[in-house]
Amino acid sequence: MMRNWFRTGTPFIWLDAAAISLALIAVLGLLLLVMWRGMSHFWADPVYDMGYDGGRLIAEFIETETIPAARLPDYGRTEGTITRHLVKTGNRDILGADFRWIYDEKITSRETPADVLVLERVEWGNFYGYLKAVYEQDKLVAEGYDAHQALQERLQRVTDLREEIVRLERKEIGEINYELERLRLKQRRYELDGELTDEVQAELDAERAGFDQQYAELQKRLQALYTDIGRDSIVVTVMDGSEINMPLSKVIKAWQPNGMTFFEKLGFYFESLWSFISDDPREANTEGGIFPAIFGTVMMVLLMSVMVTPLGVIAAVYLREYAKQGPLIRVIRIAVNNLAGVPSIVYGIFGLGFFVYVVGGSIDQLFYQEGLPAPTFGTPGLMWSSLTLAILTLPVVIVATEEGLARIPRSLREGSLALGATKAETIWRVVLPMASPAIMTGLILAVARAAGEVAPLMLVGVVKLAPSLPLDGNFPFLHLERKFMHLGFHIYDVGFQSPNVEAARPLVYATAFLLVLVIVVLNLFAINLRNKLRERYRALDN
Amino acid sequence: MFESAEVEAADSFALNTEAETLYIGLEELGDIGVRIDNSGRAIFFKTTDGEITDTKSIELSAEVTSHYQTFPNMLMLGQSDGTVILVEYSFDISYPGDVRTLTPVISYPLGKEPIEVDARGEALTQVSFYVDEEEAAISALTADGRLIYASYTLAESMLSDALVVEEDSIDSITIDYPVSRIIVEPGQQNLYVAVETGGLKQYRLRGGLDNEPTELLDGKVIAEMGMLLGGTSLIIALEDGEIQQWFQVRDENGVSNLTFIRNFEGQGARPTKIAMEKQRKGFAVADEAGNITIYYATSQNTLATFNTINEKVTHLAWSARAQNLLAMDESSTAHLFDVANVYPGVAWDVLWGEVWYEGYDEEDYIWQSSAANQDFEAKLSLMPLSFGTLKAAFYAMLIAIPISILGAMFTAQFMAPRMRQSVKPTIEIMEALPTVILGFLAGLWLAPYVENHLPGVFSFLLIMPVGILICAWFWQYVPNRNRYDGWEGLILIPVVLGLLWLSMTLSQPIENLFFDGNMQLYMSTEWGIGYDQRNSLVVGLIMGFAVIPTIFSIAEDAMFSVPQHLIRGSLALGATRWQTMMWVVLPAASPGIFSALMLGFGRAVGETMIVLMATGNTPVMDMSIFQGMRTLAANIAVEVPEAEVNSTHYRVLFLAALVLFMFTFVLNTASELIRQRLRKRYAAL
Repeated sequence: MMRNWFRTGTPFIWLDAAAISLALIAVLGLLLLVMWRGMSHFWADPVYDMGYDGGRLIAEFIETETIPAARLPDYGRTEGTITRHLVKTGNRDILGADFRWIYDEKITSRETPADVLVLERVEWGNFYGYLKAVYEQDKLVAEGYDAHQALQERLQRVTDLREEIVRLERKEIGEINYELERLRLKQRRYELDGELTDEVQAELDAERAGFDQQYAELQKRLQALYTDIGRDSIVVTVMDGSEINMPLSKVIKAWQPNGMTFFEKLGFYFESLWSFISDDPREANTEGGIFPAIFGTVMMVLLMSVMVTPLGVIAAVYLREYAKQGPLIRVIRIAVNNLAGVPSIVYGIFGLGFFVYVVGGSIDQLFYQEGLPAPTFGTPGLMWSSLTLAILTLPVVIVATEEGLARIPRSLREGSLALGATKAETIWRVVLPMASPAIMTGLILAVARAAGEVAPLMLVGVVKLAPSLPLDGNFPFLHLERKFMHLGFHIYDVGFQSPNVEAARPLVYATAFLLVLVIVVLNLFAINLRNKLRERYRALDN
Repeated sequence: MFESAEVEAADSFALNTEAETLYIGLEELGDIGVRIDNSGRAIFFKTTDGEITDTKSIELSAEVTSHYQTFPNMLMLGQSDGTVILVEYSFDISYPGDVRTLTPVISYPLGKEPIEVDARGEALTQVSFYVDEEEAAISALTADGRLIYASYTLAESMLSDALVVEEDSIDSITIDYPVSRIIVEPGQQNLYVAVETGGLKQYRLRGGLDNEPTELLDGKVIAEMGMLLGGTSLIIALEDGEIQQWFQVRDENGVSNLTFIRNFEGQGARPTKIAMEKQRKGFAVADEAGNITIYYATSQNTLATFNTINEKVTHLAWSARAQNLLAMDESSTAHLFDVANVYPGVAWDVLWGEVWYEGYDEEDYIWQSSAANQDFEAKLSLMPLSFGTLKAAFYAMLIAIPISILGAMFTAQFMAPRMRQSVKPTIEIMEALPTVILGFLAGLWLAPYVENHLPGVFSFLLIMPVGILICAWFWQYVPNRNRYDGWEGLILIPVVLGLLWLSMTLSQPIENLFFDGNMQLYMSTEWGIGYDQRNSLVVGLIMGFAVIPTIFSIAEDAMFSVPQHLIRGSLALGATRWQTMMWVVLPAASPGIFSALMLGFGRAVGETMIVLMATGNTPVMDMSIFQGMRTLAANIAVEVPEAEVNSTHYRVLFLAALVLFMFTFVLNTASELIRQRLRKRYAAL
């Protein structure tokens, strides 16, 4: 009977089915994994005050695993299994590390006191402990039960001050620096042209003096702000009982997770999520937000779209509408498909060798001589990244557009031609508008591909930390030559190159989730659009 | 990049020589030359016309009887009273009025006072030395035939910054053969003595001189010899013009022996001078007939040979960047040559063949493009990288082929159309997932997970098919089962999940039962298999995941578009669905499947981020599934940002990209042609 069963082939069909379910599980599992790991990070987890191995620990549980005792030769025994937890104790400045493994067997007590305080700090990672008192300069402001309220009020003030400082430093002083640099280049330009007369020099000097004065004023204001921000401080106790005086200027956020209600936690969750999306990174990208990376990715993708759409559409229109179908076109088609299969790193190398050094180098020679030997365009940057990715995604757009053009019924074209329109008019007025959803599909797929591509960007313009965004208030507003940050590279960099991988891991997951979300949504949108389009043309055909 | 060097004679001019020239040298850009003669004068001259810009004198205590030079600009003078003086020259560079101005400086690294080497005060006819920051060694041959070896410790004086040279030991032996040159090996392991009548003697230096020299070279006569940059390789020029490279190689017993490595073609005339490049492993040899030949050690390249002098060359010197070569002939005429020799280290054999690198025991394929020290020999074999690329692709295909082809078979022919509508987009999403995310999961999540559940991963391979078959068997007894035909893929999801859970839960008991609780340790002690956390298995799993959609989509397409009348015909003849699949659909679609596999392979070969993050990026040539690798693509991504623009390393990386491109280009074109042909065939049907 078994033999007969095998002879029908049914078991093999089941095995085939298992392959597809395995693939489906892999995709969905992966998406869920990234989502869960990425999104759970912002939840205010309870913090435990534990008795452990004769001492005391204040920590959050991160991970638990059970492993055979043989794997941990340092542990007392080799028989059976050991359950151990990865806990986050924070206080890196005191303990040296944020995380440690603890053994379940050695935990003697476990409590969640409502007043455990967690601080997110400017440096040294999180702090765990208890709040004792709040001071303003040396004056005691609040102590004990009221202290948390006072802390939150003062923290708000400090936060406002900090924002003001950042605004001054970044924007205003940044502007002055930018102008000074421009003056320097202007002077060099005059020198190169041999037009640097005393008159011009005096003019430049006067301008420079003006900026210097502004700068001095700003410095004074900054000084005042720094004094203000250093006013408040708190006293906290850590797990070994010692008291620490901490200036509030070092604290970004304070909360008592164990005392929060569910809705407070929910509010806290979205607040954290928002600051993750909108803040600048801190501490070598392992903390803070990812705003510059999001911004850089979006800028790059937008520029790329602007470059790739006309190119791709024109190429597709030529291939489909104008070119005589013959061996040459066949070779071109093969080449286009081939282009889609070329490893992305090869595009990166091409971008670096051709765009950056050849094209960029020549642009520098021609237009930016005053900046040499420091290159302006002759170095990796936003412009070359988008151009490289435009070439990389070109086949996607061409193929999608061609498909769209091919599906437009003959009757429509013939109708247009019969009414006396020329071929160009027909294409421009009838064919392209009808094909525009197909073009959109191609573009969306291209954008999704570009947003996730990292390898070529590593060679042509991405950096781990860009000092300024490629778009700002300084003329000419859009700085194509600047290097930029990118979500995908951010994941690679923080996950693999950062000094504190463990602490950064949740942020990497969160970044990854964001990227996956964007790409999946874009793809679903494109697929949907394409399916709708197919149905519409099918209807037209009939 | 594979071009040989170009040499152009720039200037030549007569030098006024009152005393015999001992040494000539060139500064970094080759603008200023220096000539040191045996009256103790260092004469600096312009290399365009020989105009003397400066003259410095070295205080000698007696007549100079021998001399020896090393990197970068040191010269030791042996004197007739048994003492030596070490001299170093350098240039202070300043830019008054934006003009590069060089001021020569003479310094004495071992102090201005002559160092007494021979207590008997005999003249030193040969001298050789070695010096670094902490120690120095001097070896000399006296006029009465004694070979002396002295070692010194260098320390800063307590009171001033002056250097104190302390003598550690001094040893001498009497020898009874004529000597043409002696060389102390840096690191003070050996002393090489060239015998004038033929042969090379190697004395081991263990605290002192060991009077049992090893005889080498079979009595061939050495015309000239010297140490290559880095002080590891000995370059020997034989009388008949042949050049040989030797260095210490450890044998099976761990004993180092001076070993012949490779030879270079000579010009036939007796070599007179060897000049070593100061920053690379290149050297130039001049001979009696006036030939000058430029070689490169690692690549065994003979880069250029020229003879514009036609007279015996007595001195030869490189500028620091090896862009200029200064030669002096018998009649005291100096000749300056401009040398364009940018990529001497590249040759087909270097990139793809086994090369015997300095410090290695045998010829090998090695990729090691940079190191901390300056005099490092770049090892630019593309073999380990290509091997790693193919290995990664192989393991990825191992995972991807069964899943994608079987999955495509089911989706194309057996799946319910409604399910197919949602499966296809899911697979498309799978294809669109950024590889950086896959790589990151592979490195940070999967690698540690697999490490902890290794037995589980392998048992899953067994448990899954068995479990599926059992499930399929029981399915026969489910009532109304025909209603669910085509939905097996969905029905099996919980089953597969269950099996996965089962194997992971079983992982630990299995490990305890068969592997003493630690599979990695067990493997390495019992079977000698090493385990990397980020290994080929992890890469295979995740890159397989990345490749599946590529293969799946095209293979599914090929199978789905097999003309319906073929399938219906087969079914009508009484074949089962499976038989139709195997004997009708698969053969018809096989070119399409083949092209899908090629495309998938191409993708796996070119994949960068996954390999970069999921392996340790170690360029090893090892097929083990538990070891990592370094692929061409990952290597490019890692090293290009750090490589100096237009250096040899940088160019080789571009070449690697070209290799990668060619490889995928061939695969893609072939696959595309196959697909076009298939489409035509279907259209004909």
